[in-house]
Amino acid sequence: MTDLVDLQAPAPARRTPRSLTLSVGLVLVGLHLFVALLTLFWTPYDPTAMTGGRLEPPSWAHWAGTDRLGRDLFTQIMIGSRIALTVGAGAVAIAAAIGVTLGVLAAFATRTLDDVLAATFDILIAFPTLLLAMLVVAATDTASLFSAILALGIAISAIVARLTRILAKRVLAMDYITAARTAGSSWPSIVFRHVLPNIWPTLSVNFALQFGIAIIAEASLSYLGLGAPPPNASWGRLLQEAQGTVYTAPFGAVAPGIALVSLVIGMNLLADGLRDVGDPTRRRSR
Amino acid sequence: MLLRLLPGDPANALISVGADEAQIAAARRQVGSDLPLAQQFLHFITSLARFDLGTSFVSRTSVLDEIMARLAVTVPLTLLSFLLAILIAAPLGIIAAVKANRWYGAAISVISQLGIAIPVFWVGILLVTVFAVNLRLFPSGGFPPQGWSAPFEALRALFLPIVTIAIVMSASLLRYVRSATQDVLGSDYLRTARAMGSGFGEALVRHGIRNGAVPVVSILGIELATTLLGAVVVERVFALPGLGSMLLLAIEQRDYPNIQGVLFISTLLVLLIGFLADLAQRLIDPRLRERSGDRP
Repeated sequence: MTDLVDLQAPAPARRTPRSLTLSVGLVLVGLHLFVALLTLFWTPYDPTAMTGGRLEPPSWAHWAGTDRLGRDLFTQIMIGSRIALTVGAGAVAIAAAIGVTLGVLAAFATRTLDDVLAATFDILIAFPTLLLAMLVVAATDTASLFSAILALGIAISAIVARLTRILAKRVLAMDYITAARTAGSSWPSIVFRHVLPNIWPTLSVNFALQFGIAIIAEASLSYLGLGAPPPNASWGRLLQEAQGTVYTAPFGAVAPGIALVSLVIGMNLLADGLRDVGDPTRRRSR
Repeated sequence: MLLRLLPGDPANALISVGADEAQIAAARRQVGSDLPLAQQFLHFITSLARFDLGTSFVSRTSVLDEIMARLAVTVPLTLLSFLLAILIAAPLGIIAAVKANRWYGAAISVISQLGIAIPVFWVGILLVTVFAVNLRLFPSGGFPPQGWSAPFEALRALFLPIVTIAIVMSASLLRYVRSATQDVLGSDYLRTARAMGSGFGEALVRHGIRNGAVPVVSILGIELATTLLGAVVVERVFALPGLGSMLLLAIEQRDYPNIQGVLFISTLLVLLIGFLADLAQRLIDPRLRERSGDRP
């Protein structure tokens, strides 16, 4: 994908080459993806076993130190990558399924239904993702990884729905849609052959951004004690535990945060890079 | 209000584990969950009209009183961090746009990219580690029990939370200020002003700030609302008795009057902030005032 950008006309005046943005994003996300897949087969230590003293500082044996039960923190952070990617992918998938469906529906609907849906999206967007997710978690009886994913997916779907509606309306106003309608295309064929392919590039950039937002929100939920329960090593819960021992072992709060920030930055850079690749008009100016 | 449809009877919060049928029935009568849902809803709406948010299931105190007490923490926290964030973001955002080709302009952009990826609670934990644990300059959390009658202690307790929110908030504000400034820099009126002989700085201050502020103010409104509602995380980090921690506790205890009360008041505040932002935009830009007649 980086080749795509390099083949363009040279743009020496730019501060940061766009291909660099995309490459750094791909490397960071790829690293987390690799670690996440690796934990399925191998981790340095058993994540639940006491492998050292309590609250040991970082050492060669324990790269990020140990927690208050003597478990290896680096192992838990690695598993945290898997949890974060699972939550991000799951939440974005749910948000995409609900949001794109409702957004396309609103764009096709009669005036009244469209107004109602658009107003609903606007009201939901006024509330922060985290707050909506907290309420959905409150609605489910037991906290689990799935309830966290579902809560974030629902919370993000309003943003996706609003964007989809705006983009789809723009496409529907095009002459080729009128032509397709005149030629007798049914609405499913218009949706799948014209609308979705046209709005997909913009949507996918937004999905990458929402992925990062979902990861931060999941960490916040776990930090507040509303996320996935203990066997799941979420970065948010690691940070919450580290805060409890901040007077005796301040190092524990550093590594999980770095892991979290590197993945979110990776996702944001990936989104920026994808947007510039997908939209030639943005490549020159900034 | 739809929260009442959730699983879990609110009466559960009142009774102990070994309660018998009669006790359960009494508890249900007390919280009103034995009535049909429609009747509960009607009751809620009529009390709302009288500004009566009911009493908490758990603490048996007035929901409105509790909210007011907690707003005394959350509102100063939000407003002060908001002001600090503007003071940081406005000059830095303008510099990042004007001096985009210099290293420090680019550095500001990179730092803001970093800032939007950092979760607010991690900033809080790191600040606690440095300023409360190592340097012992500020308390690591809590709020003086006597509240604002001890103004110095109260401000000291709020200092780190304010800085925490301001850091994260200014990172995203900075991006909006920068792009608004870039729009101004490319505008025709700025070129005209310079052609008529004003210096670059003078033109930017006289024409640029007023024009660039309009889109930024609408973002400010959204950011302020987000901070107010999102204070829940920071209040948890610093163990502050604010509106967010009230909501969190209420969710954990399934204390429905408190959940509804907090949501109702927050919604009112969000609407109020939106209204004020709209007003501020019209004060800044006379063109919006003239157009306001044909706007819904």
